[in-house]
Amino acid sequence: MTVPKTAWSPVALVRRGSIRSRRALDLGGVLYVLPALAFLALVLLLPVAMTAGLSLTSWDGLGPIKWVGLANYTALLSDPIVTTAMGNAVVMTFFTLAIPIVIGLATAIVLSRITRRLRTLWRTLLFLPAVIAPVVVAVGWRLVYEPTTGLLNGLLGAVGLSGLAKPWLGDFGLALPATGVVATWMEYGLVMVLFLAGIQRISPELFDAAKVDGAGLMGEVRHVTIPGLRYELLVAVVVTLIDSFRNFALIFNLTKGGPGNATVVPVLEVYRRGILHGRVGSASAIGITITVVLVLLVLGVLWLVRRRGGDEAAG
Amino acid sequence: MTRGVERLLVYAVLAVAVAFAVAPVLGIILVALQAHASVGGSITSATDLTLANLGKAWTVGAFGSSLGSSSIVALFAVPITTALSLLAGYGIGALRFRYSGAVLALFVFALMIPIEDGLLPLYYIWRALGLTDTYLAIVVTEIGYQLPFGVFWMAAAFRSLPRELIDAARVDGATSWRTLVSVGAPVVLPAIVTLAALNFMWIWNDFLMPLIMISSESLRTAPLSISFFQGQYLTDITLMAAACVIVAFPVVMAYAFLQRQFIAGATLGAVKE
Repeated sequence: MTVPKTAWSPVALVRRGSIRSRRALDLGGVLYVLPALAFLALVLLLPVAMTAGLSLTSWDGLGPIKWVGLANYTALLSDPIVTTAMGNAVVMTFFTLAIPIVIGLATAIVLSRITRRLRTLWRTLLFLPAVIAPVVVAVGWRLVYEPTTGLLNGLLGAVGLSGLAKPWLGDFGLALPATGVVATWMEYGLVMVLFLAGIQRISPELFDAAKVDGAGLMGEVRHVTIPGLRYELLVAVVVTLIDSFRNFALIFNLTKGGPGNATVVPVLEVYRRGILHGRVGSASAIGITITVVLVLLVLGVLWLVRRRGGDEAAG
Repeated sequence: MTRGVERLLVYAVLAVAVAFAVAPVLGIILVALQAHASVGGSITSATDLTLANLGKAWTVGAFGSSLGSSSIVALFAVPITTALSLLAGYGIGALRFRYSGAVLALFVFALMIPIEDGLLPLYYIWRALGLTDTYLAIVVTEIGYQLPFGVFWMAAAFRSLPRELIDAARVDGATSWRTLVSVGAPVVLPAIVTLAALNFMWIWNDFLMPLIMISSESLRTAPLSISFFQGQYLTDITLMAAACVIVAFPVVMAYAFLQRQFIAGATLGAVKE
């Protein structure tokens, strides 16, 4: 994020005699921002700072607060539920980041090759899952996965494949991938519109040149589309990475982390400890750990791309 | 690869992707409209359609009350968020006071923090003020949560304007407020509409914050009530599907009318982050 330099030259300012008005303007500018800053401080900055502080304490939410230093953090390392949750988060990242990027790229390429009118229609349909409330998505997909009355097993039965019917969310091995499929469903429409907008920004001459060179669809994708989407790819990775960890509403309403701890994820564990079990210090430590990991990952991705000169594409 | 094969491949990919996106939605709608609650293979028996399930779910789940709560929250939070974003975005993007870049960086940084992170202490803050379980706490929290994106979005909108546009009005002696009202706001109106649409969606769909802040049934927002509803009536598949349709309806309608804004906002918002 670069900050454009002000276009006001001092000479022009003096000539217009507007130095004074500029100073007044400064104060004015600050006043416009203050209300938003006040909300930000109260609702986000102060509480997050408090979370950082609470992560160094032992507190049940009501009684006295006891300072414990880094004990909550060291305890996380040997906490089986936390390691399970982190492992599940990696799997969810596969379903929320990797698969949507592949499907999103494929559908965006396809959509860019059909007529404009059809494209708008399909784009609207493909983006629909992204606007439905995650709670509704979760409840809806429970009805899809329901073992006896659910749509999926019903459909399998209708086409003579009832042997494949499974208690999708009740099975220890299947629950996490089944949850992941829902995460993919929610995410790929967003990735697709991102890539589609990017493809439409690529100069048509590049595609024409590829055609003249005799490149087929695959050659075009490899040599024109993907290089032209470097920046959109970066954005997609960052956005889906953040979303991979922000799946509370989905998990809470789909599986509650079960069966057992098969689908427990870090945000769910923060809620369980902080709200249900009165372990505010431990919950805070998990929250801060996720945030630090996430920010480091995002900065790492940005740094990698910047080093390779991906910035030019961003222009 | 020949042209024909290529074309076939293109449409095959498209068909699978659209089917994956749309099939669950259609399935749920069909179940919601089914006249007879079926046991097993619900999708095959969807021939006899009725709106009765919607009415039943509405009454049993008390969705009138929760849609009302959601509407009250949205009615206050969306315009205030949009207005505060407009003001701050104007200050940062058009007036460009000293350190405005740093202030913008602060909002962008806040965009990266998972909001869940501060939720517990925030709950204790509201509790200390005696304000948990009130519309005031929900609305104020929602506004604070939406502002990082809103400020960033409006600042970007004002920054993309030609400088002369604002400067000309200023040189003519207009106050910064007058410039905003008569020049700035009208010019960035499309960005304002997009922001309001996105804020409405995010506020309407929010789940975790209301779950923690609200305890009394009369204040429950629509996403909360469907979550509680599913705990009680999960086995009644037609009723659950009807509840899904009811809660999703307002945002899906907004999306149907403003799909261009929703998609542009999601895309540009993500790209500029």
